[in-house]
Amino acid sequence: MKNVKVCLLDYGSGNVRSVFNLINHIGFRVVVSNDEKDIRSCTHLILPGVGSFGTAMDKIKRKIPLSVLDKEVLIKKKPFLGICVGLQVIFQKGYEFGEHDGLGWLNGIVEKLDSENHPLPHIGWNSIKEKKRSPLFTGLGKINDFYFVHSFAVKTDAALVISKTFYGNTFCSAIQKDNIFGVQFHPEKSQKAGIVLMKNFLSLI
Amino acid sequence: MKKKRLIPVLLLKNGWLVQSKSFSRYQNLGNPTTSVKRLSQWGSDELVYLDITKDSDYSLRRDDQNYPNRQTFLEIIEDVSKVTFMPITVGGKISKISDIENRLKLGADKVSLNSALINTPKLISKSAKEFGSQCIVASIDAKIEKNDYYVYNSKNSNIYNILVTELAQLAESLGAGEILLNSVDRDGEGIGYDIELLNKVCEKVNIPIIACGGVGEWSHFRDGLDKSNVDAVAAANIFHYQDQSVYLAKKFLHDNQMNVRKPDLIRL
Repeated sequence: MKNVKVCLLDYGSGNVRSVFNLINHIGFRVVVSNDEKDIRSCTHLILPGVGSFGTAMDKIKRKIPLSVLDKEVLIKKKPFLGICVGLQVIFQKGYEFGEHDGLGWLNGIVEKLDSENHPLPHIGWNSIKEKKRSPLFTGLGKINDFYFVHSFAVKTDAALVISKTFYGNTFCSAIQKDNIFGVQFHPEKSQKAGIVLMKNFLSLI
Repeated sequence: MKKKRLIPVLLLKNGWLVQSKSFSRYQNLGNPTTSVKRLSQWGSDELVYLDITKDSDYSLRRDDQNYPNRQTFLEIIEDVSKVTFMPITVGGKISKISDIENRLKLGADKVSLNSALINTPKLISKSAKEFGSQCIVASIDAKIEKNDYYVYNSKNSNIYNILVTELAQLAESLGAGEILLNSVDRDGEGIGYDIELLNKVCEKVNIPIIACGGVGEWSHFRDGLDKSNVDAVAAANIFHYQDQSVYLAKKFLHDNQMNVRKPDLIRL
């Protein structure tokens, strides 16, 4: 565990500092960087996110060396965690303020929540229902409330969905494909549940 | 299902945590950062941090190098975000976009705007576009006058000739994501929320309302959730005088079948 070093990718998303504080608090080494060397040398990669899909993608394309990131995640299979918009952009397309291409690592699209008459954005504490066993959820037990702030969510193959959440309708609140993890909620704002989940992610090798 | 929230409000005056009564009398409660850590450990759902230092006091402080508490409000926010892993709203002294940007950068999730609603409404719409509605909380102080609720000006203790419901609707149309609704009449009284006020505003807007002002016992939180459609119940004074206060309040609500997160104590 001593060797864990997190590279927290920074494309100008608002919540980098909170994620940094959480990892620091848990006691792991973390660098905030888009540097090729850091992306290669770290053991874990985290892509945070707040804001809209298109804006995030524009900044990601400009600031992050994507060929290096692709290689580390898709070929070397380094544990990757996308948070909120950081989860959304790893899919094929997003439809927030027009159609935008995502990184396309996984099949699926990002659409506006169908929340019936509930106001959007969906802000606040909501519970997740585990749909598949995932190392991300180990030890959560009955602490299943996480903090959400979003209006859009991922639509993808059921095989990737590890948890769902209800807000007017159910939506996908977390995904996993092998070493690639993504959560729609904010572990860095979810107190104990967030700490447990982040520890789980950082315990993956 | 989405939960209703229990929110401690911390009032800061010249770098000190204070208790307030009727928006006019203040009593010192001590160091703000240690209080925040405790409130976090007791499982608060969110925190609201308001700097109520009057502008004149501020300049006085800067001149006085011997003032025992040299922490600025921004430094306090920075410290606070290192010890709490929950959403934080900060308010006070916000008059331009860069003020909001600075606070978000230091770890705040939302900002609360009060006098800007009346003086510079454009700041609300501009900031909602720039940072998203979820970032912008409109804080409205209500006072009973002529059998209705009018907007109170905490800077000069006067009443604006604007109905609270009108201002709430304006805030929503400008793009505010939430309303922090304070009752000046109930502030520090401990006799419960002004339910009529809560209902009046809830009827007029669709964005979430955070109720504040008047809580003197745990059952007042339940009444707020039970008898109105508010999304969150907040209080200041009551949380500072009892060990594990937030936990106990949450436990009371949970035991009374309110839709809140399970009570929990967190070791941080």
